[in-house]
Amino acid sequence: MKTFQGRVIVPGTISAEALVSHGGFNTLASFQMALQFGDLKAMGKDTEVQCGDQNNPDLYKKPMMGKALCLPQTIGSTTGGMVLFAACAHGKQPACMLFSKPIDSLAASGAILGDVWTDAVMPVVDNLGDEFLDYVQTGMTVSVKENGIVVVD
Amino acid sequence: MKLNEEQQAMLNGSRGEVMAKIMKTLVMYGDAFGAERMVPVTGKYGHTVISFGLGVMDPVYDLYDEILSAGILPEQKFTADPKPLDPRVPSTPLEDLVFKKLMYNRQDRYEAQLQKLGITKDEDYTCACYLDQVGNTPEKGEVLSWAESSAVVYANSVLGARCNRNSGIIEMMGSIAGCVPEFGLLTDEGRKADWIVEVRCRKKPESQLLGSAIGMKVMEDVPYIKGLDQWLGSELDDRAKAYLKDFGAATASNGAVGLYHVENLTPEAVELGESLIKDNAKVYIVDDAELERVYRNYPVIWKKPEAKPQLAFIGCPHLTLQQLTDWARAVLKGLEANGRKKVAVPTVFTAPVQVIREFEKTIYAWPLKKSGVIVSYICPLMYMNNPLCKSKAVITSSNKLRTYTSAKYCTDSEILDVITGGVK
Repeated sequence: MKTFQGRVIVPGTISAEALVSHGGFNTLASFQMALQFGDLKAMGKDTEVQCGDQNNPDLYKKPMMGKALCLPQTIGSTTGGMVLFAACAHGKQPACMLFSKPIDSLAASGAILGDVWTDAVMPVVDNLGDEFLDYVQTGMTVSVKENGIVVVD
Repeated sequence: MKLNEEQQAMLNGSRGEVMAKIMKTLVMYGDAFGAERMVPVTGKYGHTVISFGLGVMDPVYDLYDEILSAGILPEQKFTADPKPLDPRVPSTPLEDLVFKKLMYNRQDRYEAQLQKLGITKDEDYTCACYLDQVGNTPEKGEVLSWAESSAVVYANSVLGARCNRNSGIIEMMGSIAGCVPEFGLLTDEGRKADWIVEVRCRKKPESQLLGSAIGMKVMEDVPYIKGLDQWLGSELDDRAKAYLKDFGAATASNGAVGLYHVENLTPEAVELGESLIKDNAKVYIVDDAELERVYRNYPVIWKKPEAKPQLAFIGCPHLTLQQLTDWARAVLKGLEANGRKKVAVPTVFTAPVQVIREFEKTIYAWPLKKSGVIVSYICPLMYMNNPLCKSKAVITSSNKLRTYTSAKYCTDSEILDVITGGVK
């Protein structure tokens, strides 16, 4: 077990299974497959919200919904925040987002839009450090505390 | 963050609950980046990345309805990204069904919202809004509330305007409030270079390959690029600007670059030179071997990797008039050399409506049409954003399109060979 201290962007407590991306998380590309199904009802069929980013070998085709998404930062299209917001509005968001680096503007936008404009709960912590991403592995249990402490078990 | 009296009043609800939530969103956004204040949006027009009425995005349109119902409108008009549909682009009956009935079934609803919110003109749908023919061209130093990664990186780098890589929705909220939090690329410090990129290629590098390599290396940092001016010159003429448009789009989509400086060429690099480089800047050397490595590592996710291409897209971001004319000339010359009258693969060139109109006045428009090439205002990325395209062998010279879809990247000369039948 190891503990990491980060900075709270969106507060909350949660425990979930880790899903780790060592490269930048391309939000649009990752949610592309889920978005292609067209509308809310059909998105519901894609219950696991599989990652559709073929350029991300860590995550490609892995389910993202309900996972503790551990990543350095997000990259890519400026629709990224809007996509995260829509995922939150549909209740299809990751359990939490944990950034080793300072959060980027698109992820921050999505997290904040989800927090202010939807009922979704998705704690977001950044600045956890490179050591966090070196340590945490997909499948480990991650707990997020209200004060930005992240425990990896 | 310190707000002025008016901003604080808005946050406290002086203009209603919805406006208070908009301010709260912008304040939280600024707080995440240590912004100390809001600054006025000084650019004349906004630009929104959201141009599509996608069923799954209903929460976005519901949010905009909430804003409109509260009687709130942006303080500035805005342009928008390209539309997802154009009847001129080839599609099967099944694709038509999927596009219109299953995917973009909220297009009319959303375009009606954009009319109410204040799109500049009904034809102003393009990712290259900054081109002269479109006219949303900010001045150096102006503060913008834009989203669309390729437009933001162009406005910052080539025009010297100041804009963060805002997300869709956030950009509209900045245009509504008339202010944005001051952080990152809005500050002098945030515009300094974290990386020195030395380009040591023996020939002019493909813009989209070089941008991809740099984007993947520096992620969201600011690169200061040396050695590129030997091919682009020291004047921002049409060809240099077109190169930088495509280069920047690749840095922004393959990484998260919002600003780059090109030594002796882009405005801040010309004005401030190496004083833009941070003391501890890292160094990345790009040579032909490095570009080859990057190119060979792109995954090909076609069902049959050696399949014969079924469709070619050129113009993501949208082409300039010069590019469209150059491509037309090259295709016609290639067809003649290969003894063909028609292109070997259905081909779509994409450009803003206003550029297409200008192009149609040139001597190349009619022969290009006769050759079978379609010139469209569509967003190729949106066109390909459907499950049917997975089984379609689409080629493109756009690294952005490659990144987000199953399209296979080809260099300009490779794709020209395929289109004109030089490759059997």
